[in-house]
Amino acid sequence: MSTTDVAMHMSDGIVNAPTSLIFGVISILFVGLAAVRARADLDDRTAPMAGLVTAFVFAVQMINFPILPGASGHLLGGALVAILVGPWVGTLCITIVLVVQSLLFADGGLTALGTNVFNMAIIGVFVGWAVARAMRGLARRSRRGLIVTAFVAAFVNTVVASLGFVLEYAIGGAAGATTGTVLTLMVGFHALIGIGEGIITAATVGAVAAVRPDLVHLLRTAPRVAQPAGRGPARGEGSTA
Amino acid sequence: MTAPDTRRRSRFLIGFLLAALVIAGGVSYLASSSPDGLDSVTLHGCQVTETATGEQLDGACIAQNATEHPAATGPLADYSIGGAEHSVGLAGIIGVIVTVLAAGGLFWLLRGRRGPAAGDGPGDDGAHDHG
Repeated sequence: MSTTDVAMHMSDGIVNAPTSLIFGVISILFVGLAAVRARADLDDRTAPMAGLVTAFVFAVQMINFPILPGASGHLLGGALVAILVGPWVGTLCITIVLVVQSLLFADGGLTALGTNVFNMAIIGVFVGWAVARAMRGLARRSRRGLIVTAFVAAFVNTVVASLGFVLEYAIGGAAGATTGTVLTLMVGFHALIGIGEGIITAATVGAVAAVRPDLVHLLRTAPRVAQPAGRGPARGEGSTA
Repeated sequence: MTAPDTRRRSRFLIGFLLAALVIAGGVSYLASSSPDGLDSVTLHGCQVTETATGEQLDGACIAQNATEHPAATGPLADYSIGGAEHSVGLAGIIGVIVTVLAAGGLFWLLRGRRGPAAGDGPGDDGAHDHG
């Protein structure tokens, strides 16, 4: 018997110390790499945007939505940040959110920070980015294409990020359930959460693209001339031209 | 960069910040208090009873192994102000402000020394993506 508070992310003690250490080291190295690579994507225009995207993810992660009777889900945000600010900056965004949540709000353990960063800030962001990248042709074609891309990328990032926990549990999980049970339940719950994640991501990316398509990293990283054909370039040209 | 452009940009950024503040400060009251996906998995097999000190777990489940967070008694623990009821909104607003300052500050320091991006700088595509 024990008492615990329900929080949003992995608590301390769920996986053993060596496993926490391994994923902690991997996460520190990867976040360091991200800090180096992010410099190329940050300038006077994108840096404030990235700061606000981070705060936005913090805010939306507070909103647990029901998925089943007695179970809820919340945004992870991997595809959202990858599409808006790119994967390297995006990894830093989610890492900052997780650090603030753990240190200030006691949400997500301290030794579990490495595993939480690995699952959400690394797997979630880069899987979301890989899917969005693969669908970039569609995303560029129209606003609707971008919204579909955001939904799919977010759904996949949620499910694959949940596999990160299964991996960590398989390596060094505490007792309480078999790995098979954990796998089935994690994927099942996160397939449902992924739908919510997809809706939130699609709505947010769609809203940003409607007013400031130039701030959507996914639309920007190729030759700039290649603005979405068709209905794209009409917005706001009057004031700048 | 023209003046209307700057104004349009800051209007967008302020709107984005306001959205985050409204979500954390207001919409957070509507959030479901059921365990999320991960917690549902770690609580699988246990009976959860609410007690004055938290949730009491009976049975065999992963969450039995969870240890108390070192900051569990901190002033903002569990998205409340000192544990006060109905303070999630204010805690959320503090969180948004702390996050935007921490992240904005870090990203501002990290930004490439390219000078003010003219909005269409050719430097934008020099990164890791060559398509």
